[in-house]
Amino acid sequence: MATPQQQQSLKDPVTETNAKPAVTTAKADAKLKLTARNINFFYGQFQALHDISLDIPTNKVTAFIGPSGCGKSTFLRTMNRMNETLRNTRVEGDLKLDGENLLGMDVTDVRRRVGMVFQKSNPFPKTIFDNVAYGLRVNGIKNRSVVAEAVEQSLKRAALWNEVKDKVNKPASALSGGQQQRLCIARALAVEPEVLLLDEPCSALDPIATLKIEELLFQIKDITTIVIVTHNMQQAARLADFTGFFLMGKLIEMDDTKKIFQNPGKKETEDYVTGRFG
Amino acid sequence: MMMEISASRRIVNAVMLTLSGVCTVLVVSVLFFILGYLLLHGVSSLNWDFFTKLPKPSGETGGGMANAILGSAKVLLLATLIGVPIGFLAGVFLAEYSGKNFAFAIRYVVDLLNGVPSIVIGIVAYTLVVRPMGHYSAFAGGTALGIMMIPIAVRTTEEFLRAIPNNIREGAMALGATRAKTIFTVVIPAAISGLTSGMMLNLARVAGETAPLLFTALGNQFWSNGYLAPIATLPVMIYNYAIAPEEDLHQQAWAAGFVLLTLVLIINVTARLIIARGPAAQRR
Repeated sequence: MATPQQQQSLKDPVTETNAKPAVTTAKADAKLKLTARNINFFYGQFQALHDISLDIPTNKVTAFIGPSGCGKSTFLRTMNRMNETLRNTRVEGDLKLDGENLLGMDVTDVRRRVGMVFQKSNPFPKTIFDNVAYGLRVNGIKNRSVVAEAVEQSLKRAALWNEVKDKVNKPASALSGGQQQRLCIARALAVEPEVLLLDEPCSALDPIATLKIEELLFQIKDITTIVIVTHNMQQAARLADFTGFFLMGKLIEMDDTKKIFQNPGKKETEDYVTGRFG
Repeated sequence: MMMEISASRRIVNAVMLTLSGVCTVLVVSVLFFILGYLLLHGVSSLNWDFFTKLPKPSGETGGGMANAILGSAKVLLLATLIGVPIGFLAGVFLAEYSGKNFAFAIRYVVDLLNGVPSIVIGIVAYTLVVRPMGHYSAFAGGTALGIMMIPIAVRTTEEFLRAIPNNIREGAMALGATRAKTIFTVVIPAAISGLTSGMMLNLARVAGETAPLLFTALGNQFWSNGYLAPIATLPVMIYNYAIAPEEDLHQQAWAAGFVLLTLVLIINVTARLIIARGPAAQRR
């Protein structure tokens, strides 16, 4: 199953020196949640992604970094086929979720299995409870006690339960920015996605709210595979097991996070992570 | 030289400010003039009989316009049932589904429809409903007013749905909701206060229409039987009584005008209250 590329990227000798035990990497190597091969993406005539091939290991945090407009968000939105909601776009290549052809699956099924949290928190103008219950109800779960239990569990996982347990029937808009973003994470977790995509989830939040989200992401990686796009390199370094660097629509390199930040293989990566990019 | 220019500028500025101020006062006073005039002439003829009794021939006292008040309500109900769903769903299509060029074309056609004179809409309803049925009816009147409501219903729906940020749609679709599910469970509920008040303003706008009703709903001196018979409405009643020679009928027309205007104002104010409360209620 593993291609030569993965072998190279995941079994790099540098991993041995990491705090993480080597066995984690070996396990990740064996279990890949998403595999992308030769993904090209077009907005009309403009090609936004060039020949992206990478693997997302199961129950790990994978981060994509790179300057604005480099294609990292576009690639993220390819993985739950969110780009299809935009007109005049086209994707080419091979994308597999657990070995299944993701691009050929029923799109609502893909989005249930691959959840997403957006840059700007986007709670629905409904109550806190109804926000978290939305995904369940859309997917046909109507049983009240089942929904209520899932809502509570999701809010707990998103580290929001203690703050909102007395006001779940209040409008979600009453929450602070950081709470709203955690609500959006709870909402995504409620449908028990196998993968959770996060598109710069903390870029509009203060450092304390950011820290809370990072902590909760760390907690939930046992139950879901996390892919996060971030502009904040410290965040990638803190959170991610693996990091990919995008530049001008291309994946420059993807490797163990430590290696990307301490000993990158490519000059462009080094320039970017050391702040010499320009 | 410099002084002269600035002096003339000051004068022009003062003149323009005064002119626009006077015109503003004029605009505001028109409404109060109409209100005051109707109050003056109408209220004296208003009594309990006006709201509960059928019209009486000129010379007899104690007649009312109960049938026209109920008739207007019935015709407006029909108009809403016809105009709002068609306009609303077309607006949903325009805002949520159609491409840019197609939307431009539809919007243009809708604006043209909005500009069609109401008397012409009346003729259309006459041709489509009255002729095939063979008689005038409340349904024909409702059809005429319903057609008049369509363009505003389309544009109101489109505007309020477009005002809902796209990230909410994305949020719902990212949870596995289809586009239709997203629209009906997230987007429309988010816009509901604006949509409701928009439709109410739309209704208030056609409530006073007379021309399209003249040869569709026709009018009736008695209680109307259901929706398929000619029916009395306030605007047509005002028209008929105002052109009649008898003074006591003129008084009745003033009273009807006052009632109609009051109803329209109530709908208007209610609609604005709904829209003012909508977003605030969500923020609370």
